[in-house]
This record gives sequence, structure tokens and C-alpha cells, in this order.
Amino acid sequence: MTMPGNASGPMSMFQMGYRAMSAQMVRMNAAASNLANAGSVAGSADEAYRPIRTVFAEELDKQSGLSSVRVDRVVRSDTAPVRRHDPGHPLADENGDVWEAPVDENAEMIEMLEASRQYSNMVEAMSTAKQLMLETMRMK
Amino acid sequence: MNEGLFGIHGAALEVRAQRMAVLGSNIANAGTPGYKARDIDFGAALQARLAGSESESAAQRATVYRIPTMASLDGNTVEMGTEQAAFAENAVAYTATLGFLKGRVETLTRAIRGE
Repeated sequence: MTMPGNASGPMSMFQMGYRAMSAQMVRMNAAASNLANAGSVAGSADEAYRPIRTVFAEELDKQSGLSSVRVDRVVRSDTAPVRRHDPGHPLADENGDVWEAPVDENAEMIEMLEASRQYSNMVEAMSTAKQLMLETMRMK
Repeated sequence: MNEGLFGIHGAALEVRAQRMAVLGSNIANAGTPGYKARDIDFGAALQARLAGSESESAAQRATVYRIPTMASLDGNTVEMGTEQAAFAENAVAYTATLGFLKGRVETLTRAIRGE
């Protein structure tokens, strides 16, 4: 199946939109993963969940001079897990400590909000472009 | 012949479409660190196109970087308000040009039919 993002030839508005939207989707999923793991605990600092972040990069199409976006990499945050003294916890180590995932819920919610706003901006731009193209095609 | 029939409007529609794609690029890269927003100087691109240069090169030579109102920390110069305003303005101008073209085609069709 040919995806709109993989078509050959100069990049169209639709390919651009497709790529931008899937990049924002990855970003939103990363934020959702972080939120899902908020408050999860582990028995050691190494095992604790580290929040993930997507890094976007510009993707220039030399033929048309337009640039789209792609997910360059997904990085794990190096924030230290939060140590909590909880001797009753089944995962607690010999000192009675557990490590909690360092997820900042507010930051994740903002990340999600921003991704969704940028996603819908792209949808809007794409639908305007589509409408204009259809009008041009219908020209008698 | 094309230039003769449609005057400035054929070239204008082309440049409008190119500008729409460039502004779309900016919107797509709203979250890309270090991305520099671009825009096509419509007047310059149209002049170059009418002076006989290729449509691609005319647009690329008239492409300029946008000067941000306020620089952001990650080096991205896309400002959503600016981009959306420019996009909307461009879409309206595209529709106007399309209207001129439609009118011209209608006139010609009538002349051919002898109505």
C-alpha cells in the first residue's frame, strides 16, 4: 500500500501534512506513555521508569524546497527517580526504599495539549489546501 | 498564448499555490527545534515569473526567512498566529485569483459559442 508520506516526486501539501501529523501523533503517544507510568515504582533506581521525549527534525525535500517534519529520535529523560521510604512496599530494597518514576504530570499535559494544537493546525491548513485544490479542479 | 489569455492570473495562481505550500511547511514544523520559518515574497516571485524565469526558481529566489517577533529558546521561529494569518490571507487571494480566471474562461467560452 502506498502511504501518502512515501510517494515519490516533489512533496505535496498532503504528504507534508501526513508526516507532520504522524510526528505529532508519536509525540502525543510518548506523553501518554509518560502519564500512564506516572507514580509507578521500582525496587532500584535503574529499574525505575524514565519519561520519554520525542525530538523533531526538519525534513527538507530538495526537489520542491519545502520541508516537512520527522521524529528524529526518542530520548529517555535523565531525571533521577524519586526515592521514597516505604518499608511496607513489596518492591522495597533492604533500606526500605522504593524509586518512583520522575514524571511531571503538568509538563506531560502541556506537551499533549501542544501536540494536539499543532496537529489540528495542520489539519486545518490541509483542509483549506484541499478545498482550494478541489475548486481549481472544478473550474469550467 | 497562455499568458495572453489569462494575463497575470495564471502566474499569480501558481505563486499562490507555492506560497501555500511554504506556509504549510512552517505550520508542519511548529514544534521542530531550530527550524527557521520561511515565506515567499509574492510580489518578487510574480515579477520573476512574469519576466520569464521558471516557476520553481522564481519561487525559490523570492523565498525569505521570517523575522520573529520574539525569539524562542529552541531556535524555532514559527509563530502560529503569524503563520495562520498569512495562510488565511493567501487562501483568500488564491480564491480571488481563481475567480478572475473563472471569469476569463467564462468570457472566452461565451465568445466561442457566439452567445
